[in-house]
Amino acid sequence: MSLADKPLSPQRRRFLQDSARAAGGCVVAGTVLAYLARDARALPAEALRPPGALPEKEFLSACIRCGLCVRDCPYDTLKLAELGSDGVATGTPFFTARDIPCEMCDDIPCVAACPTGALDPGLDNIDDAEMGVAVLVDQENCLNFLGLRCDVCYRVCPVIDEAITLETAHNTRSGHHALFIPTVHADRCTGCGMCEKSCVLPEAAIKVLPTRLARGSSAEHYRRGWEEKAAKGAPVVEGIIDLPDRLPGPGTDNLVTPGGFAPGYDLPGAGQ
Amino acid sequence: MSARTHMPIGQEAVDSKGWVGAHRYLLMRRASQVFFLALFLLGPWFGIWIVEGTLAGSLTLGVLPLTDPFILLQSFVAGHWPEMTALIGGLIVLVTYALIGGRVYCSWVCPINPVTDAANWVHRKLDLPKGWQPKRGTRLWILAAILLVSGLSGVIAWELINPITMLHRGLVFGMGFVWAMIASIFVFDVVVSRHGWCGHLCPVGAFYGLIGSKSLLRVSATNRAACDDCMDCYAVCPENQVISPALKGKPGTTPLILSPDCTNCGRCIDVCAVDVFNFTHRFDDHVVQPSDPVAAPEPRAARPI
Repeated sequence: MSLADKPLSPQRRRFLQDSARAAGGCVVAGTVLAYLARDARALPAEALRPPGALPEKEFLSACIRCGLCVRDCPYDTLKLAELGSDGVATGTPFFTARDIPCEMCDDIPCVAACPTGALDPGLDNIDDAEMGVAVLVDQENCLNFLGLRCDVCYRVCPVIDEAITLETAHNTRSGHHALFIPTVHADRCTGCGMCEKSCVLPEAAIKVLPTRLARGSSAEHYRRGWEEKAAKGAPVVEGIIDLPDRLPGPGTDNLVTPGGFAPGYDLPGAGQ
Repeated sequence: MSARTHMPIGQEAVDSKGWVGAHRYLLMRRASQVFFLALFLLGPWFGIWIVEGTLAGSLTLGVLPLTDPFILLQSFVAGHWPEMTALIGGLIVLVTYALIGGRVYCSWVCPINPVTDAANWVHRKLDLPKGWQPKRGTRLWILAAILLVSGLSGVIAWELINPITMLHRGLVFGMGFVWAMIASIFVFDVVVSRHGWCGHLCPVGAFYGLIGSKSLLRVSATNRAACDDCMDCYAVCPENQVISPALKGKPGTTPLILSPDCTNCGRCIDVCAVDVFNFTHRFDDHVVQPSDPVAAPEPRAARPI
């Protein structure tokens, strides 16, 4: 029996039409919603998530935007993003280091308050938090880079001498002073933002950035020869021949300029 | 009859029961909405911390966790298994509404309800046509689409635009541009679609309707024999498709309003001058027999058109 012979039920036809309309409408609405969902992941660089926050993608599947972390934050650091004004997914918690940094409470009340695990309850030591990484972004205006002893970012760091150290370098401008360069060690930096908050400049020279922006990554197959050598206690390649070093100066085997280095040869950065 | 249907809605009830009597459940409902909002606002406004959080998730007196089960469901679908606190909170809410009627949330708690009720009041005052009326099942399709988007995008999708939690969070934490969204729902309900948001589109209401579809607390047209067809209940009911099966059911059918769409708002009880409706439980399907020895006329069907 062919299709044409069957009496077509008007109810069936109507049901199919209605379903197609509804499904079509849902595809349109769902597409708009999916775009919004994609946009929601674009966290602005200056917005930092609370300690223990899952990576952004998982965070948005876990955070129900209840605000309990905000309520339990004793320093009013955390805020809930407001629609259309903060650029962060509406209703999710964040903080801006330059406004109010994270004070790194020992008992981490925000994580304890989170009912869903969007803030990972596995975080039991605030020093292990990874809210972001401080980066000294403006070496031209940082007072320490100019040879002064500001040191404020270093002094206020809750993980002083581990997350930020002062590394000395020669001050080539004066010729006889030291520079004390604030140096961030990313594996110890929690991203609390105390350094950014305290920077004395009108616009902070050190800023906490999300890890994705702050850090590069080493290629997996790279090996640092000196580390491998130290680990092994011997050169990594067996039987390597130690050739004589070609040092400049008289009495060496410098064949290109016997008796000394070529006067016209400038090492990079050594020029007057 | 036509004279009576052209009277202001509820006029007869006001005449027979007094204004307060004819607005009893409406007043209780407003009190309930204010009460639940006040619980959340006492903390941030006056430092009295009874409830912390928002309607999405809260902690009462430091011990009782409550979580919106619809948000939790989206979280599951998006690939996150919440911690126990949220699960317990969600379960408490789920069981509560499964017992007292899922859409009790809509009419007694939800902060959008006063907005759309106000919109409907304006809509009636302006005597506007009902406008775009998508099928009542549309919200179920939207509900399904949201779960699909949550699953595909890994984001709790409805919370990106949910006006309920946004308004509530706006009041408790800070508004941003939420007022614009609320204003657009108001305008939509006044001009574009009668009962458009809560009655046809809102997927949260659809979800709560589903979880409360077997709820115990029900409105029943127990005294349906006394109905004089004034139509006031149809006029005030935000989901008036639920009335007919109970009120106009043939003898022997249940007088209970069993549709999951009913929000248990009680306005039909208020507005009925002859007290046809009352709150009861879903197993109480008794019908008051007319005391009048003359049989009540067969409703509608028997009447010549």
